[in-house]
Amino acid sequence: MLTFRCPYCGIDACETELAPGGEAHLKRFGPGSADADFEAYLFLRHNAKGVHFERWRHAMGCGKWFLAARCTATLEVFGTYPAQTPEPPQDIVAAIRAKRPDWSLS
Amino acid sequence: MSLRLPKGGRLIDRDKRVVFSFNGKRLTGFAGDTLASALMGSGQRIMGRSFKYHRPRGVVASGVEEPNALVNLGKGKTHEPNQRATTTEIFQGLQATSQNHWPSLSWDIGEVNALIPRFLPAGFYYKTFIHPRPFWKHVFEPFIRQSAGLGKAPDPKLQDPDRYEQFYAHTDLVIAGGGIAGLQAALEAGRSGAQVILCEQSAHWGGRAPVDGVEIEGQPAEVWIKNAVDTLEKMENIHLRLRCMVAGVYDHGYVLAYERVSDHAPQDDVVRHRLWRIRSRHVIAATGALERPLSFAGNDKPGVMLASAVRDHVVNYGSAPGERVVIVTNNDDAYRTALVLAEAGLTVPCVVDARARAEGALPKAVRARGIRVLAGMGISNIKGLRGVVAAQLCRQDGAGEVIEDVICDAVAMSGGWSPVVHLWSHCGGKLLWEKENSFFRPDPDKPPTDQNGEGFVICAGAANGALHAGQTLEDALNSTRKSLQDLNMPVSDQAFLKVSVPEEEKLEPVWIMPAKAGPKKRAKMWLDFQNDVKVSDVQLAAREGYESVEHTKRYTTLGMATDQGKLSNINGLAVLAGALGAEIPQVGTTTFRPPYAPISMGAIAGEARGALFQPLRRTPIQGWHEDNGAHFEPVGYWRRPYCFPRKGESHRDAVNREILAVRNGVGLLDASTLGKIIVKGPDAGRFLDMLYTNVMSSLKPGKCRYGLMCSENGFLMDDGVVARLDEETFLVHTTTGGADRIHAHMEDWLQCEWWDWKVYTANVTEAFAQIAVVGPKARALLNKIGADIDLSKEALPFMGWAEGRIGGFDARVFRISFSGELSFEIAVPASQGRAFWDKLLEAGAEFGATPYGTEALHVMRAEKGFIMIGDETDGTVIPQDLGLDWAISKKKDDYLGKRAQERSHMADPERWKLVGLETLDGSVLPDGSYALDEGVNENGQGNTQGRVTSTYFSPTLGRGIAMGLVRHGPDRMGEVIAFNTTKPAAKGAAPKTIKARIVSPVFYDPEGEKQNV
Repeated sequence: MLTFRCPYCGIDACETELAPGGEAHLKRFGPGSADADFEAYLFLRHNAKGVHFERWRHAMGCGKWFLAARCTATLEVFGTYPAQTPEPPQDIVAAIRAKRPDWSLS
Repeated sequence: MSLRLPKGGRLIDRDKRVVFSFNGKRLTGFAGDTLASALMGSGQRIMGRSFKYHRPRGVVASGVEEPNALVNLGKGKTHEPNQRATTTEIFQGLQATSQNHWPSLSWDIGEVNALIPRFLPAGFYYKTFIHPRPFWKHVFEPFIRQSAGLGKAPDPKLQDPDRYEQFYAHTDLVIAGGGIAGLQAALEAGRSGAQVILCEQSAHWGGRAPVDGVEIEGQPAEVWIKNAVDTLEKMENIHLRLRCMVAGVYDHGYVLAYERVSDHAPQDDVVRHRLWRIRSRHVIAATGALERPLSFAGNDKPGVMLASAVRDHVVNYGSAPGERVVIVTNNDDAYRTALVLAEAGLTVPCVVDARARAEGALPKAVRARGIRVLAGMGISNIKGLRGVVAAQLCRQDGAGEVIEDVICDAVAMSGGWSPVVHLWSHCGGKLLWEKENSFFRPDPDKPPTDQNGEGFVICAGAANGALHAGQTLEDALNSTRKSLQDLNMPVSDQAFLKVSVPEEEKLEPVWIMPAKAGPKKRAKMWLDFQNDVKVSDVQLAAREGYESVEHTKRYTTLGMATDQGKLSNINGLAVLAGALGAEIPQVGTTTFRPPYAPISMGAIAGEARGALFQPLRRTPIQGWHEDNGAHFEPVGYWRRPYCFPRKGESHRDAVNREILAVRNGVGLLDASTLGKIIVKGPDAGRFLDMLYTNVMSSLKPGKCRYGLMCSENGFLMDDGVVARLDEETFLVHTTTGGADRIHAHMEDWLQCEWWDWKVYTANVTEAFAQIAVVGPKARALLNKIGADIDLSKEALPFMGWAEGRIGGFDARVFRISFSGELSFEIAVPASQGRAFWDKLLEAGAEFGATPYGTEALHVMRAEKGFIMIGDETDGTVIPQDLGLDWAISKKKDDYLGKRAQERSHMADPERWKLVGLETLDGSVLPDGSYALDEGVNENGQGNTQGRVTSTYFSPTLGRGIAMGLVRHGPDRMGEVIAFNTTKPAAKGAAPKTIKARIVSPVFYDPEGEKQNV
């Protein structure tokens, strides 16, 4: 039963209040895109053991989507940030590096 | 014979007799007794039978770890199997029965299994699967099914009458365990101001310190415990819970605790169990330690108990398993039992110590009482059939040659202690093997971690490996201080308490007694008492190649019984390591999983059962449906009327009547459950163009348009009618089940992809009641109740909408039709829904206005060939499959699903496509039937070329109609194909099929003349 701090309402929300949304920072490929790009967008996921960026919605709370950086192995949460963020923000990257020096944003 | 001592028993009140029954026999115990101590005190030694060999079994332990004394409690509605007698407090009228025996507890026919154990070795079940094949089905399975299972499942027809509840709490600290370590932890945490929930699984504070004669600060432990509890009770930040077991520790500090509120004193109107759902910043596990049995031949016989359990029963309850008790040990602690027994006036013929020397303070004290101490010795065998008659002694380092028979009626054994590390391990804490003490203890460098990556569980006292009372309190204080420091809370400077207990010398690991025992003896040494796993079984598993402890566990069922290996795991592990020639830590442990001990299903369900199982959504008109005999069907969280059967009318007849009433007169449908979402803003049209496959931005205010929504994967996910309310505002209708999902879908795309678009959405489904007035007389009915809107075809044509007052109600009326008839769907504020419904019914009487349900709705839409999400779609169907190409824009650059639908598989002409189906004989095709094709696939199964998606009897046409997806279907109009059916064919004959002709899916009014009037 995970908890995440909703970056909008500031609440430490329990998993029962949240809806998961899979990997974050996917780039959408629409009509005209190459098959390989579209396949990657739709189906191919990092499925990382370790640092993972993911989407959550505070569905039973404020209703906002947010993003989280979390270790899938230890369930450590490095931080949460608004969904309207195209790539992991600097402070989140720094927080991850502090805990996982070998990690790099690829 | 087990007995009640004439005096003693610190937890019982000899002035209060409690009458209870066991297997129908009336017995008496004392207030404060457990069922086990009361049975023991009544001379009842056999309390159950083992799982596989049905061997007679008596109580072996004194707490939740008990593997043997499992009973059925209560009867009828309150019957509950597998209750541990050791943790069941007796009350007046308690009814218990023994389980897993036939025909009687003392004489069991399954006992013959025990005579042929060589036919039931480890992995017996798995081997029977393999060969000879027919034996499994005809010999083994019936036999195993007959004899398997512990206890009797409650009668499924009876409802548990008891109430259960759940509490939620947030706290700084949960302390699991109310022994002296837990109390010490709570005192320190209490002084720091931390919010603490202290849980003790038993009915008493203090754990086993009072039994073990511990002195704290120069006073008996009992005095210190009482003072500690008094102090804690006065602290507002400490919450004390007795009979409350911390069952599991989960991610991010989530803790479940199981409180048995009234098991000990059942009464009406008091909840039975309470499940605490706690978020705690830290958990202190002061869960103590469990004693291990010794593996000697006959160690499972009734009367052989853990030394600590014998001590507990004598000191706490004044019950003893026998009058002459032999003690067998590999450590000093068991000598305490000898002292306690001697003090109670019972005979201890000897203490058998496997160690070469026994010269510690406790052995010396035992010798001083004139009790024989035999060092370097072990037990070769226990004599006795349904109890203990004699212990046969041998050299521990030999093969078991009997040196002496010691007459006795009970044996107290101790193989050392294992810290209870379960709560540490539940969430990933790692363990260290401490060779010196032969136990696993928490590895302080590898704790379970929380959301911050920090350790959040700490063990305190015996659970941390500090077994001796002197170390226990010190360790508890240290652990608590560490926890408080981690939480940035103050710690006290109080000195460690002075504890006086005799020094103990080291134990010597003894995993098999005697060390060189041969195969015959090893086949009588029990590891897992409940599941009948013996030393020989684990060794066999090792010989057959099971090197991993996890595999051995499953192969032998070691530790898989209801006690989850609390007594057997370490011994089994050590035997496996010995057989593999490996060190114990290399073999590793099995995974500890919550709950620590079984908890009731009732507590897990809490109040969520019956009417409270899930929230029910009610339309404003629900009351009328209930009052008028509606037959309901679940649709999401709604209950919608399926039909309104009249007296003596079948559901089928009611549906047919309702359909004909609509087609020939006027019907009323409560369509309030239909999803209604407002989409508003300058970019609303642009947004809906992305959501729907067709163009919505071109819709004019006052008009409606049907649209399809696809997932990004291209599959059809919802459909409905969109009305444009004004330049910036759209009202999106979704399917009944889809409102929440589609609203969430919209928010997902708006918040995460197109967040710069100016669009706002609101789910207003429950703000409106919506009633469909349908049928050729619909307009006449509405004109009768009066409207300030012109409802004529010219002013309000098909697919138009208007706002105004109808029959005095504020109304929005949509000219949309799901039945093919003249139809007005009228939305009024939810608060006026019932009044509007009543008015329509009253005014409609002269037109024969008939309420109709969802089944009539479904049949009528199928007669018109309209698709239904969930029938024609199943997550693999695209709009093109359904002939809905007309609703897919060719002009738009993009919409959700467009790219996906360009994939080669989606454009494949071989995809099954929607057609209508008419059986040649007019019957109704079975739902889900497949259209049969020629040939077989690679698995030898017949090929298929389509399937039925919707199938009904049409009262309008007087015959069966169906829709289905068929390969090249639209190109095969008029062709007859065969469908399978589950109807049985005559023996030897080919399976029955039903022939149907491929036709247009629009069976009724193909020109749409009826709805367009």
